[in-house]
Amino acid sequence: MQVLIDNFGQILDGFAKTLWLLLFSGTIAAVLGTILVAMRVSPVAILRFAGTSYINVFRNTPLLLILLIIAFAAPDLGFTYEINNYFNFFFMAATVGLGLYAAAFVCEALRSGINSIPLGQAEAARSIGMTFAQSMRSVILPQAARAVIPPLASTYIALAKNTSVALAIGVTEASFIMKKLNAENAVARWQIFFGFAFGYMVIVAFIASAGALAERSGAKTR
Amino acid sequence: MRYPKTKALFAGAALVMSLAACGDDSGGGSGGGDSVDIPVEENPDFPEGSTMAELSEAGKITIGVKIDQPGIGFQEPGADTPEGFDIEMGRIIAGQLGIEDDGSIEWKETISDNREPFLEEGEVDIVIASYSITDDRRKVVGQAGPYYVTGQQLLVREEDKDKITGPDDLAGVKVCSVEGSTSLATAQDEFGADPVPLGTYSECVDQLENSTVDVLTTDGAILLGYAAENPDELEVVGEPFSEERYGIGYQLGDTEMCEFITTTIQDAMDDGLWADAFEATLGESGVETPESPEMDECL
Repeated sequence: MQVLIDNFGQILDGFAKTLWLLLFSGTIAAVLGTILVAMRVSPVAILRFAGTSYINVFRNTPLLLILLIIAFAAPDLGFTYEINNYFNFFFMAATVGLGLYAAAFVCEALRSGINSIPLGQAEAARSIGMTFAQSMRSVILPQAARAVIPPLASTYIALAKNTSVALAIGVTEASFIMKKLNAENAVARWQIFFGFAFGYMVIVAFIASAGALAERSGAKTR
Repeated sequence: MRYPKTKALFAGAALVMSLAACGDDSGGGSGGGDSVDIPVEENPDFPEGSTMAELSEAGKITIGVKIDQPGIGFQEPGADTPEGFDIEMGRIIAGQLGIEDDGSIEWKETISDNREPFLEEGEVDIVIASYSITDDRRKVVGQAGPYYVTGQQLLVREEDKDKITGPDDLAGVKVCSVEGSTSLATAQDEFGADPVPLGTYSECVDQLENSTVDVLTTDGAILLGYAAENPDELEVVGEPFSEERYGIGYQLGDTEMCEFITTTIQDAMDDGLWADAFEATLGESGVETPESPEMDECL
């Protein structure tokens, strides 16, 4: 317990970086996931094909592999972009990797929501002269939004925990601090593990309750 | 790109070794071309019930080693067994147990993070893996030695060698090392470096060459091995700024085992076997064979 108290500052730093990773990659996943789902349900065959291919590639590849490929291949291709020493190349690589990976799951969560809307809704929209974009925006997506909250929350919970994989490519997020403390305090392993597990649980609890809140407020308008 | 060069280097080293072997009338190593001739005790006698007796009777020992540190413990892609100074130490100890390195020694890869758990759970019998002796580690495992003393140094790109000359230049610099290593913690906590923890030292070397990190820091012995592989691109700078005393890990409380390891290594230091092992491994990078360190008492 003493270890956790003595190093509280470091632990907070670690979780701060975890949250930055979650924020950046979560935003990429949300934007890209929405574009992907529009492609997957669009009437244009080539877009559907491209969307499906993306899902097949990124959902079927282990996250660790995606991160390693980006971290070790990008510099060879000349990409070593970084904002500063805090958001360094490895942070950017992890953000992009996590974002690309989570986008596939976000897309599928959104698609499950869209599929839950009866086909009659889309047909009704089309029969009154709406275009594909109009019917998506005004009819399908607002209804789908309610159905996607639970799977979307699960996706983001998974993303929050997956940020720990970024350790493998040199990001000093929470699990790095955990390993560091473990190396310095070989006698207090259990306390350190449980302390960090608790930290992740707090983050997840926030996402879960945000999801629950959104679900409830959605239910009112039904 | 790098592999052919490395291969050429090793081929060159092998050639030098074989030429050296010509002049040496004792000749023929026990196993591979460049390993030291290590005596194997026949029917060694150990107290009943001791760990040594058990290992000796079984004729098998499992040793936890690093396989990604040139000169210390390094396994070439495709090779069956690792080689390096730690490996030679393992052979010396196994030899005194009457175990020959003909497959009876199981070399098990350990990383910095799993050395204590491997010992605690009996996954390995001993650990010889550039394993620095610390008071904290000695609370959970036994550490006999030191059999080698080195210190933390910095490896930089050739063009940075005038810019980064010692630990005081590390503030705000991206410094790479292996996750869970003491070197990274020292660079971060004492010198204000921005740490980049990666899985292995070779990954750090990759990123150092890619300029995504600026320094690789760990024990000088390991850095020399990498600098020797890329003499035109990488350079070890500054004096050692810590003292790392490599010890041999054993199960906590096994004092007999500690006495045995300490005596064995001491004998090897006294009769020159230790120096031979050094010259055949770490010495290849051009460093002089150091004085053998004073060993700690077993408690």
